[in-house]
Amino acid sequence: MTKKHIYMDNNATTPLHPEVKKAMAEAMDVYGNPSSLHWFGRKAKAMVEGVRHKVASFVGASSADEVIFVGSGSEANNTVLSMFVCYSQKCPCHCGRGTDIITTAIEHPCIMETSKCLSDRGCKVSYLKVDKYGKIDLDELGKMMTDQTGLVSVMMANNEIGTIQDIRKIAGLVHKKGALFHTDAVQAVGKVPVNVKELDVDFLTISGHKIYGPKGIGALYAKKGVPFCPLIRGGHQERGRRAGTENTIGIVGLGKAVEMREAEMEQEEVRLLELREILRKGIEDNIPDSFINGHPDDCLPGTLNVSFEGAEGESILLYLDLEGIAVSTGSACASGSLDPSHVLLATGMPIELAHDSIRISLGRENTLDDVGYFLDVLPRVIHKIRNMSTAYKEERP
Amino acid sequence: MSEKEMWAYTEKVKEHFMNPRNVLEEEASFGDDGKGMVGNIKCGDQMLMAIKVDKEKGIITDCRWKTYGCASAIASTSVLSEMVKGMKLEDAYHLTPKDVMKELGSLPEHKIHCSVLGDKALRAAIDDYYKRNGMEEKIVKEEAKIVCQCMNVTDHDIEEAVLEGARTYYELQEHTKLGTVCGQCEEEAKRLLGVYIEKHIK
Repeated sequence: MTKKHIYMDNNATTPLHPEVKKAMAEAMDVYGNPSSLHWFGRKAKAMVEGVRHKVASFVGASSADEVIFVGSGSEANNTVLSMFVCYSQKCPCHCGRGTDIITTAIEHPCIMETSKCLSDRGCKVSYLKVDKYGKIDLDELGKMMTDQTGLVSVMMANNEIGTIQDIRKIAGLVHKKGALFHTDAVQAVGKVPVNVKELDVDFLTISGHKIYGPKGIGALYAKKGVPFCPLIRGGHQERGRRAGTENTIGIVGLGKAVEMREAEMEQEEVRLLELREILRKGIEDNIPDSFINGHPDDCLPGTLNVSFEGAEGESILLYLDLEGIAVSTGSACASGSLDPSHVLLATGMPIELAHDSIRISLGRENTLDDVGYFLDVLPRVIHKIRNMSTAYKEERP
Repeated sequence: MSEKEMWAYTEKVKEHFMNPRNVLEEEASFGDDGKGMVGNIKCGDQMLMAIKVDKEKGIITDCRWKTYGCASAIASTSVLSEMVKGMKLEDAYHLTPKDVMKELGSLPEHKIHCSVLGDKALRAAIDDYYKRNGMEEKIVKEEAKIVCQCMNVTDHDIEEAVLEGARTYYELQEHTKLGTVCGQCEEEAKRLLGVYIEKHIK
């Protein structure tokens, strides 16, 4: 009997869409350097530029030039933040604006760690608090902003709890105060409608592997006319904004992933939301002392973060793994630190409960059967862990 | 790489994790002769150990436990509970995390700290037994000694840091902030670092 393997960790990464795989396999024969003037180069260049148009149109950009291909979402985020530490008056990116940065307490580590590094280098960074659902407070943002604020960066959808921010309102406020606005939208693009013009953002981060595209490719939307300072220098690629020979195969994969999302997203996300509701209800009805985290309505369709009192997250993850189910834990115990998720703690969750959390993130390959199997296994696992836990007294009905 | 190798733990850890032995199901009916709890849920690890003792022979006849924690914590408590059955109180009292690790095969380096609560909980249970039976003189008090005066770091903190993965003086400083003010404790801290690496890791 072959063992069941069910992947429910789609916020970590997603399987390649079969169409993406096909497109990438074909692109493997196009080996020319897109910068070369000859036939081989021109052929590759045409492919890259085709995808640039596709991505631009998918996020509603005015022109394809506003899309810069990068190596990952993390690189895009690093690029944006790192511009603002540049104090040299000679640097073309300086443009006389403020250099203070405001971000949130629940960003992805690539924003958190970069912010910390910039702060060590003399840049002033402030962090917005979030409420129990993971939403920031516009009033707090308004008060925090000064004429020295150069950039505000707020993630569109949170990777751990799925909460979606009201980006349009936030961007409006930021622009009224004269600063630039960036959103890390790697979890949002391709799952919920994202239009850079409607959202009124200056920078927006996109990642390929979160939407059934390949790893190692991302895109940064940078609005025409905004100051820009490259993170990776030494080449004219991407109009001098990101050096390095283009990852043609990755770019083609991203393009196909975006194309498939355009075709499938709307229907698919309705289906995921239904599955998520079945999961949520199944957990709440069958497992006492379980708590659903994140915003009840403004949430990614496939993301469900739950805490099970008295059951440590890594144990849950590993028992589920033994049953063939892959989820993720909010706790960082597995990565060597005993600190629980900074996102859950930022929502005001008690530290004990934050240790007891798992994230289930559904994707296009998950079926109703998968959810049924999961709901069959999970109560047993939680019961087993609680039965030997010092932190759980009894299952209260 | 095979799936077996991909599992971050040894087969024995996995096996004990899947089938934990001697879980304390009914605390009241077990009727322990000694019980101890260590750790803190806030830190993500807590263990309770309960023992039954043959008072004539001074031998542990049964050992049950409860653990809140990750796979390493569960497996190491389970293994320890098997190890101590039939063991003399004195011998059980001096078990170290290294002994548990040896029995388990090994743990990923950053998981070693998850296994140190087991022997502490066992000592707490034996201490409780000694107390109940008027044998307080057998209890070994572990008093922490301050090594770094400036940052108030003790030898216990250094031991903890080693169990959490610190191997160099720099890493020790990262974990404890020790020696980051006047720096006078560097020599003693380095000596203790060596002692605890020898005790737990090598």
